[in-house]
Amino acid sequence: MTQLILEQALNGLQFGLMLFLLAAGLTLVFGIMDCINLAHGSLYMVGAYFVAAATQAADSFWIGLAVGVAGAALVGLLLEVSLFRRLYRRDHLSQVLATFALILIANEAVRAIWGPAAIMLNPPEALAGPVEFSLLGDAFFYPAYRLVIIAVGLTVAALLYLLVAKSRVGMWVRAGAANREMTEALGVNVRALFTAVFVFGAALCALAGGLLGPLLAVQVGMGESVLILAFVVIIIGGIGSIRGALVGSLVVGTVDTLGRALLPTLLRATLPADAAATLGPALASILIYLLMAGILFFKPQGLFPARA
Amino acid sequence: MAFYRPPAWQKPVALAALAAACALPFVLEAIDQAFYIGFATRLLIFALAATSLNLVLGFGGMVSLGHAAFFGIGAYVAAICQQAGINEALLVFPAAMAVAGLFALAVGAVSLRTRGVYFIMITLAFAQMVYYLFISARAWGGDDGLPLAGRMTLAGFSLAGDNSLFFASLAALTATMLLFGRLAQARFGRTLQAIRENETRMEALGYPVFRYRLAAFALGGAVAGLAGALLANLTGLASPNLLQWMQSGTLLVMVIIGGVGSLWGGVVGAALLLGLEEVLAGLTEHWHIVLGLLLLGVVLFAPRGIATLFGRRDG
Repeated sequence: MTQLILEQALNGLQFGLMLFLLAAGLTLVFGIMDCINLAHGSLYMVGAYFVAAATQAADSFWIGLAVGVAGAALVGLLLEVSLFRRLYRRDHLSQVLATFALILIANEAVRAIWGPAAIMLNPPEALAGPVEFSLLGDAFFYPAYRLVIIAVGLTVAALLYLLVAKSRVGMWVRAGAANREMTEALGVNVRALFTAVFVFGAALCALAGGLLGPLLAVQVGMGESVLILAFVVIIIGGIGSIRGALVGSLVVGTVDTLGRALLPTLLRATLPADAAATLGPALASILIYLLMAGILFFKPQGLFPARA
Repeated sequence: MAFYRPPAWQKPVALAALAAACALPFVLEAIDQAFYIGFATRLLIFALAATSLNLVLGFGGMVSLGHAAFFGIGAYVAAICQQAGINEALLVFPAAMAVAGLFALAVGAVSLRTRGVYFIMITLAFAQMVYYLFISARAWGGDDGLPLAGRMTLAGFSLAGDNSLFFASLAALTATMLLFGRLAQARFGRTLQAIRENETRMEALGYPVFRYRLAAFALGGAVAGLAGALLANLTGLASPNLLQWMQSGTLLVMVIIGGVGSLWGGVVGAALLLGLEEVLAGLTEHWHIVLGLLLLGVVLFAPRGIATLFGRRDG
């Protein structure tokens, strides 16, 4: 039991950190430019495909990851310059429609280029096996690759925190999220800043997509399910807040993973077997949405609202 | 955007459209294209669903990206009722409306506390919650959906024939259009549109803004539930795909290209989009790309055509 809980807790942490990579870019796009981007999940999908294709071409996961992330950043740059710039001043409805159209285009383009079947991406061979720990005298195994993901996630989160909280650019970003007009009036080029944020967000998406590629299948539509989770994270954390995105990701990742793993067992202990069998998976799959509804009921602006 | 007022041409055009729709099945049969009656029924049902979203979005000014939840719930209520042995549409359709409407009431009660981007995302998240709930519910078919054994009966008459379901859908759409047309000019609709235009002022005037919005949201959900129950009868399946958020997006696209806040927006949009799909799918396998590019074109080059009403408040 301890083994199960610890393993699932680590899985939850790993999932939460990957969600953070997605949510960080998304929350800044929402926060600074008040622009809703449904196609953020498509950047994640495109990034994962780039990484998979580059890995196959270069025969090295790490080179593939670097090339894929760079490629997705380039796609992000093109999108920002050609499309999103025109959308910032428009109403939310136009943004929803335009980014919805982008999803249709991205999904179909990927299907046309790589085919409808899922692509398998293998982790680097050195990391394929499990790592053994000694825990209170018990042996505990955990996949090495997942540990690397956790390490990368923690590193990126720490760097992002330093960048946003301590650097001058980060100060501009926070100021832009809190009050765009005032920041512009003080002489910050919010437009250029936003291009940078958008491109950076696209790169983080691709990083998450590439890292998760060996764990999940790289397939058409993979962006949509994860996009909704990133939305939940942002709603819980508060739009425009990096700190909120981090807390929200970890909460959502852990609650979702632990809920799926433990809830059926817990219910079986308290309810009749057949009731637990039907209720368990259903309740586990909607747990984070109930959590979100609960948080919003008391804090409609999320836990850490960027705009006071 | 001004208050809704029926244009002078509306009555004759509406009557002509209704007459044409009534004649359609017989014309199609006469020219040996009865296959298209099913397509026409689908179009009517999606027009109904899009019209219900237009009440929420166009008249109420609430950008809901979770309308498919109510649509899908209606379909599932129909299938579940039939599984329980209730096969009479006069019981099942109101039940579908009631369940979808009550669920919309609950979702609205939480979501309407938020504004702007939050509202869009929270309605989306709730719809997704319903989607996962039905996917994991094995008693209701899980991933595969819940099939119907056959079509239902309406007041004792079987809906099994293509014509009978077509006319049932047409009647539902006509009744809804009449109701919404009256509602838009009634005190309720006026207040709703005034809230869309200036929420703060209506609040200051003492109108219960939240309750008006919630009522419109729930009514929209109930009508979407009716559309879902009709669709389940047409396709013979309550599928989780109906609940998926891409479906919400599709309904939203229909309303936007048809005309936000115009009574006929949902009907026109559904006809345009489904017609376009039918034509494009015949031309190329990758018709989604073409559709996406067309939508982008609408957003970028016909901005006045869509949503002038939201421009002021949302930036």
